[in-house]
Amino acid sequence: MGVWIMAGVTFREAARKKLLWAAFLAGLAFLILFATGMHFQHKSLETRAVAPFLRYQLVNSFLQVGFYAIDLLAVIMTVLTSVDTISGEISSGTIHAMATKPIGRWQILVGKWTGLVGMVVAYVALLFGGVVAIGYFIGSVLQQNLIRGALLIILECLLMLSVTLLSGTWFSSLTNGVVVLGLHGLAFIGGWIEQIGEFTNSPSLVNLGILSSLIMPSESLWRRAIFEMQSPVARSLPFGPFSQAVAPSLTMVGYAGVYLISSLALAIRHFEQRDL
Amino acid sequence: MAVRNLSLTVRRGEIFGFLGPNGAGKSTSIKMLLGLVKPSGGHAFVLGASSNNVAVRRKIGFLPEDFRFYAWLTATELLELHGRLCGMQGAQLRERVPVLLEMVGLTPHRRKQLHEFSKGMLQRIGLAQALVHEPELIFLDEPTSGLDPMGRRLVRDVIRAQRERGATVFLNSHLLGEVEVTCDRVAFIKDGEVVAHRDLRAHSDGEVRVAIRARGLSKEAIAGLTRWSTSADLDGEHLTLTTRSTADLPDILRHLVAAGADIFEFTPDHISLEDLFMKIMGKDRGL
Repeated sequence: MGVWIMAGVTFREAARKKLLWAAFLAGLAFLILFATGMHFQHKSLETRAVAPFLRYQLVNSFLQVGFYAIDLLAVIMTVLTSVDTISGEISSGTIHAMATKPIGRWQILVGKWTGLVGMVVAYVALLFGGVVAIGYFIGSVLQQNLIRGALLIILECLLMLSVTLLSGTWFSSLTNGVVVLGLHGLAFIGGWIEQIGEFTNSPSLVNLGILSSLIMPSESLWRRAIFEMQSPVARSLPFGPFSQAVAPSLTMVGYAGVYLISSLALAIRHFEQRDL
Repeated sequence: MAVRNLSLTVRRGEIFGFLGPNGAGKSTSIKMLLGLVKPSGGHAFVLGASSNNVAVRRKIGFLPEDFRFYAWLTATELLELHGRLCGMQGAQLRERVPVLLEMVGLTPHRRKQLHEFSKGMLQRIGLAQALVHEPELIFLDEPTSGLDPMGRRLVRDVIRAQRERGATVFLNSHLLGEVEVTCDRVAFIKDGEVVAHRDLRAHSDGEVRVAIRARGLSKEAIAGLTRWSTSADLDGEHLTLTTRSTADLPDILRHLVAAGADIFEFTPDHISLEDLFMKIMGKDRGL
């Protein structure tokens, strides 16, 4: 019961943050821009009577850009809305009135996590659905494996959320933000190193990239998501931010899932033990 | 180490004051009793159970020092939320919340969000959330800080009302005047250790300070005062002494007259809690 009460109040707390609405507005602005771009691209392709196969590939690539943008927005929004959740409440003393009520500390943390999950899922679903709808209704293209792609992006955001809450049980809000975004930056660079390693056939670079993914597997989930959704032709292209020649394995996806659960479990454990 | 060898006995149904200078370990002690801070050694027990026992918290209410909560909640929403966290539901909450708002004088502000509240109003709503589930034991950490005189009076009345319904109140405060008129007993904590207890109800008929102006006070006369007094300071014609009971006053007066002193003034005065506090804590050594 305590979990659901905390989830409800956390969802409402997040929904009242200007940051969330700024992120929604940024997402909406992006979708409008994206729809306009898609409209002109589609018109241009029709005018030039491009062959359907090629047209499909071009629209598909354009959609990959859209997914990349919403993934970035979703990750940043997830971190920024949750960065203050535990650490800020500890430093302000808000947590004292809650932690002395007849509910376990784990219920407070899991409740907060659940409330934030609701917000993250709603945000990703809205933006992801927007990009898919624009592709379908304006570009006349429906990508493959959309559900799988959306779930992987959501998983990436939930991973970031769990790591942020874990870090928030240790550090102040500002340090927490630096730590979590720093880890994601490491994963991002690692992903590129791995792709360059594959392209240049350099096992050392590939291993370095995999190591960075093991340290923080968030970027791997995005790369797997885009791999799942891109067309077979795009998969045959070398590499780029919007296409993947080599995708992280399903083992890495499983590892990310274990990483998420472990982060949450560690966050609960540390929150239970620390002084408030 | 903030606190060591802390052992307190608080009787059911009393208002207990916990006093000490800044940094003495008062808030840390309360936090340990509430399970917010874990002792580096030993255990904390409250109401016969470990301070980490979640179930026992159903019987405990807590007003943290400088109460803060989600600023977007209205006063009513805040109390409903805390009531739900204490296991209360629907009809029970609808009945209880207006009573609490009335008790702390916030009924006209029930629909206001907390960010519109002054510090004093936040203290009042904080007090209300601590009482939402009618706890047996209530910890109040500086409940009157930030309150105007009317607010202090209201909090005092609320605390007494809790005692009348049989609850125990553990009060942590710097405002000794408030403690003096509210508490039944007090404990003094210094450098993390409880150094003294005092029963304030007994105290009202207990230690008395007497200011005397007299001539012809001999050394022997002053030495003879040790039978009744705990301290005696002579400064010219002015003698200040402390005695254990007002019952000793006639004997002291007779002793001084018999010793040949001419008495011009003899003014007994009960020792205030502040005087007692200063006496126990000694000089301010700074923080």
